[in-house]
Amino acid sequence: MDREDARRAIDAVWRIESARLIAGLARIVGDVGIAEDLAQDALVAALEQWPRSGVPDNPGAWLMTTAKNRAIDRLRRGEMAARKEKELGREVELQARLAEPDLAAAADDDIGDDLLSLIFTASHPVLSTEARVALTLRLVGSLTTAEIARAFLVKESTVAQRIVRAKRTLAEARVPIEAPGAAEREQRLASVLEVIYAIFNEGYAASAGEDWIRGDLCEEAMRLGRILAGLAPTEPEALGLVALMELQAARFPARTGASGEAIPLLEQDRSRWDFVLIGRGLKALERAEALSHPLGPHALQAAIAACHARARAPEQTDWPRIVALYDGLAAITGSPVVRLNRAVAVGMAFGPAAGLELLDGLASEPALDGYHLLPAARGELLERLGRAEEAAAEFARAAALSGNARERELLRARAERRR
Amino acid sequence: MRVMAIVKATKDSEAGVMPREELLAEMGKFNEEMVKAGVLLAGEGLHPTSKGARVSFGGDGERTVVDGPFAETKELIAGYWLMQVRSFEEAVEWIKRCPNPHNEPGEIEIRQVFEAEDFGEEFTPELREQEERIRAQAEQNQ
Repeated sequence: MDREDARRAIDAVWRIESARLIAGLARIVGDVGIAEDLAQDALVAALEQWPRSGVPDNPGAWLMTTAKNRAIDRLRRGEMAARKEKELGREVELQARLAEPDLAAAADDDIGDDLLSLIFTASHPVLSTEARVALTLRLVGSLTTAEIARAFLVKESTVAQRIVRAKRTLAEARVPIEAPGAAEREQRLASVLEVIYAIFNEGYAASAGEDWIRGDLCEEAMRLGRILAGLAPTEPEALGLVALMELQAARFPARTGASGEAIPLLEQDRSRWDFVLIGRGLKALERAEALSHPLGPHALQAAIAACHARARAPEQTDWPRIVALYDGLAAITGSPVVRLNRAVAVGMAFGPAAGLELLDGLASEPALDGYHLLPAARGELLERLGRAEEAAAEFARAAALSGNARERELLRARAERRR
Repeated sequence: MRVMAIVKATKDSEAGVMPREELLAEMGKFNEEMVKAGVLLAGEGLHPTSKGARVSFGGDGERTVVDGPFAETKELIAGYWLMQVRSFEEAVEWIKRCPNPHNEPGEIEIRQVFEAEDFGEEFTPELREQEERIRAQAEQNQ
């Protein structure tokens, strides 16, 4: 195998195997930092040996065996200080676990449990959101520190430190590496979903022409979401999140114009939407709906996205249904942005006057202060009511608040339309 | 990026011979693994070409329809998977783990799917020029 090819093949195998490898090791040694070190040791060994011997038939097993051998070496040399009490008893227990023969096909359930535990641990609430995101992408997503840094437009050293500190925090807080019990489950799951959706949104914000890895974050997030939904198939919110991401990502091919400008949803060329993702998203949503009533926040957002996805043309959008879904979402989150979106939907379903009334109710909402979409929405409704001058004023206000050059352009153009 | 993994036909698949129970189970397990890893987007098996047809496009605008079955077994398609992966090599490593889909030697071809960004590279000089003009115009309007 030539060096280049070998390197690429090993990277590919690593991407497939590393999360489960780290997860299995984490269960054995009780510490994600040590687990990752051991996994890295195994990778180094693979990089040394596989170019000569070829990729083994069962790469996952090879890596696990190698990592365990390294662990035994380290134990013998006293290099693996147990983060918890350094009792002889614990070391003996650890040695025993390391000596366990790897069953040729370790029960899928066990591997699944390990991976699920790792996912929950990496997004433990004791960590900051940034730390959770970095740790999840590193341990579960198998991105390198450099890739994470490029994806989030920060320095590599910043990410490296974030990850080191995160591992230390988990160890010091003695966070057990396990999936949460029923009592904490909902809250902990929400934390995981938040991390995955944060990764998706970062990718969503990336524009065409930027470093490709930023766009790839959406694919990464969808992959993580699918893995989670596969491991926790009875959790409707996990399915809801996957549905939401797939339905939103389906619109990507239509969202940018010829000169890189953002095209709003209602003006997009729907023939460019990705129907593979729409099909998948709708199916995931169906499964979420079959599992629970009422729907959780991610499933609700997915259901809203589904209303758009099902409409062949904007005129066919089921706006009353969208309003009802926003009712549900507002009841759960009470978020002013949700209420804003609901007002826009009401404007579409029941006429601009109705929508405007709701927006007026949001005028003094502190959280929306400086949020350009509020005046933009008012401008839209005023325009439809024929109140052109007031509309122009709102669009100008929105343009001034917008942080995005292209968007500012579009809003200013609308402000100047009647002049 | 996306790839399509194309399962080529064999004598058996063309004859409509169902794979052994065991093989079906292994195949199911493999599919399941790809689903759980979040890489499988879609996949279907295709009926043999005896149930298929070809539309030929003559250079003169003529269309001819020919019913299957077709002869070149090794080049025919029996099924496909659509996968989402980070690299082409990742798809190769996945497909290497696939149980042989048939009861005899066979082949799975892997091809990268064109995506929106790819077309950027295909911009002709004319289209590129047009892009420049639109960009310049947009800048002027600011």
